[in-house]
Amino acid sequence: MHFEYNIIESDFANAGKASSEIKKTMKQLNIDAQKIKRMVVAVYEAEVNAIAHAFGGTIFVDIDSEKICVLIKDSGPGIENIELAMQKGYSTASAKVREMGFGAGMGLPNIKNNVDDLDIKSEVGVGTEIKMVVNFI
Amino acid sequence: MKESFFYHALKIDEKRCFGCSRCMRNCPTEAIRVRGGKATIYENRCIDCGECYKVCPSGAVYVAQDDFASIYNFKTRVVLAPSIFFGQFSEKYNASLIHSVLTDIGFTHAIEVEASAYIHSQVTSDYISSHEEHKPLISTFCPAIVRLIQVKFPALVDNLVPIKAPVDFTANYIRKKLIDEGVPEEDIGIFYITPCAAKIAATKSPVGEDKSSVDGVLNMDTMYNMVYKQLKNQAKEYKTKLVANDVTSDCVVFSLTNGEKRLNNCKKSFAIDEIHNVIDFLDKVENDDIENLDFLELRACDQGCPGGILTCGNRFVINDRVMYRAKKLADRERSGETSRKKEITKMEDYLVKNSRVGKILPRSMMKLDEDISVAFQKLTKIREIEPKLPQIDCSVCGAPSCHALAEDIACDNASLLDCVFIQRNLENRNSMTAQESVDIIKNIWGEEKLDDYILNK
Repeated sequence: MHFEYNIIESDFANAGKASSEIKKTMKQLNIDAQKIKRMVVAVYEAEVNAIAHAFGGTIFVDIDSEKICVLIKDSGPGIENIELAMQKGYSTASAKVREMGFGAGMGLPNIKNNVDDLDIKSEVGVGTEIKMVVNFI
Repeated sequence: MKESFFYHALKIDEKRCFGCSRCMRNCPTEAIRVRGGKATIYENRCIDCGECYKVCPSGAVYVAQDDFASIYNFKTRVVLAPSIFFGQFSEKYNASLIHSVLTDIGFTHAIEVEASAYIHSQVTSDYISSHEEHKPLISTFCPAIVRLIQVKFPALVDNLVPIKAPVDFTANYIRKKLIDEGVPEEDIGIFYITPCAAKIAATKSPVGEDKSSVDGVLNMDTMYNMVYKQLKNQAKEYKTKLVANDVTSDCVVFSLTNGEKRLNNCKKSFAIDEIHNVIDFLDKVENDDIENLDFLELRACDQGCPGGILTCGNRFVINDRVMYRAKKLADRERSGETSRKKEITKMEDYLVKNSRVGKILPRSMMKLDEDISVAFQKLTKIREIEPKLPQIDCSVCGAPSCHALAEDIACDNASLLDCVFIQRNLENRNSMTAQESVDIIKNIWGEEKLDDYILNK
């Protein structure tokens, strides 16, 4: 099962559509409530990251009876030092973004805590791909 | 959808139901379908919120209650009246008078439910401050909300405060008090006047409890009629024999929106009423969208209990009367005319000790199957079917929306041929006869709706 969602640069107001749909689908599959919550929180974080930093992108969701895999692909500045970005509190968000209540530097650490597998590929000046997996069993 | 989870107080009278489908289109959990010209309820989806009762034009949705005569199975008959019951009557009939009338129509004792509200809020506040890990904590006062969370937001069941409602506190108090006074336990019958169906359902199958604290439930509209008749039949002045002195000014408003929130005194809390508002808000809470929330007072009805389906009169007027009474009580408390310390506080320790309910379990209605691979097959089928449907939610198929029909088909509870657009399409391609499509419509909406009314006229 596959769905896709577009991410529009700086459109924080519409963040969360993908995570809502993912939540509903996982509920229908009778997935454990805590697993649903973990995935929804991770996807929402990653989506907000892409909205904040990139020039738009796409969310690809793939679900089968064993796992859910969400890939968020953006074209943007890329992450220079992934290791540093994974540290709690590290942030490169602009003042404008922080004013809206985002950019606390908890995005990537929070995602890592919530998913079973996390894979980040990034190229400076090209974009970032974040792949998150939550296993059902 | 064969398994039935809950007792439901809301029922459909098939004789009165003419299959208008208003209930189906207004049900917030899509629990109703039309079959054979009658509304039918998927019982494990119904949360007893009463939206169907409100919109039914023929009185076919009704609330099953205990027979009033059943109070006479007991020698000592206690009526628990919530404060909004007194708010049904205009200001010229004060609370003491209504108390007196209640003891004239068959009860031996009358007590106001909110008598225990202060103790209830103390226990709740203690629970909230010692359970940081489950924030935001959600009030369990409204049984329709508890059921909503069980079926639609199972991830939030651990956020529910596992504490009995004030009605149970007050029932425990009066039962213990009477036993202490020497009344044999088996002689005591406690009856609760309910403003809604959800409270009846909660009493008949209490969530997280084996047995209810009350012996019977009486509908507020029935009791309003009985009390009002007594008042009207009485020649001239009705004598007040009792003084209503069970509640304090801050407790009397407990069941109004914001009433519980104010008493619980949390740093960041919200009071949200009306079922659709609650669903929208819980969607956000479930995603962790709202930060640092301590407590949520959620009510299925607009204005809280004054908006209950069994109340008589306008909910804003009832709300105003209760507020007015609270103001008058506050004046009397300030002047020392009445004490804020009520008799029930003597039994505080006993009530606190018996205040907890057992574990509240999730009962998801969202899941398509227990088995994830079967659920996955059904979900795949839904996603195949949905794009074939017109997406106009016309309900002619007997389901509230195209999406609901797709779900029903995937779960073998309906057929793709139930959709009139599919029928027209097939007729156009000569794959279905007009008679076949008429038969399908008759199956869903009943024989009469396709009577040839043009010829008959």
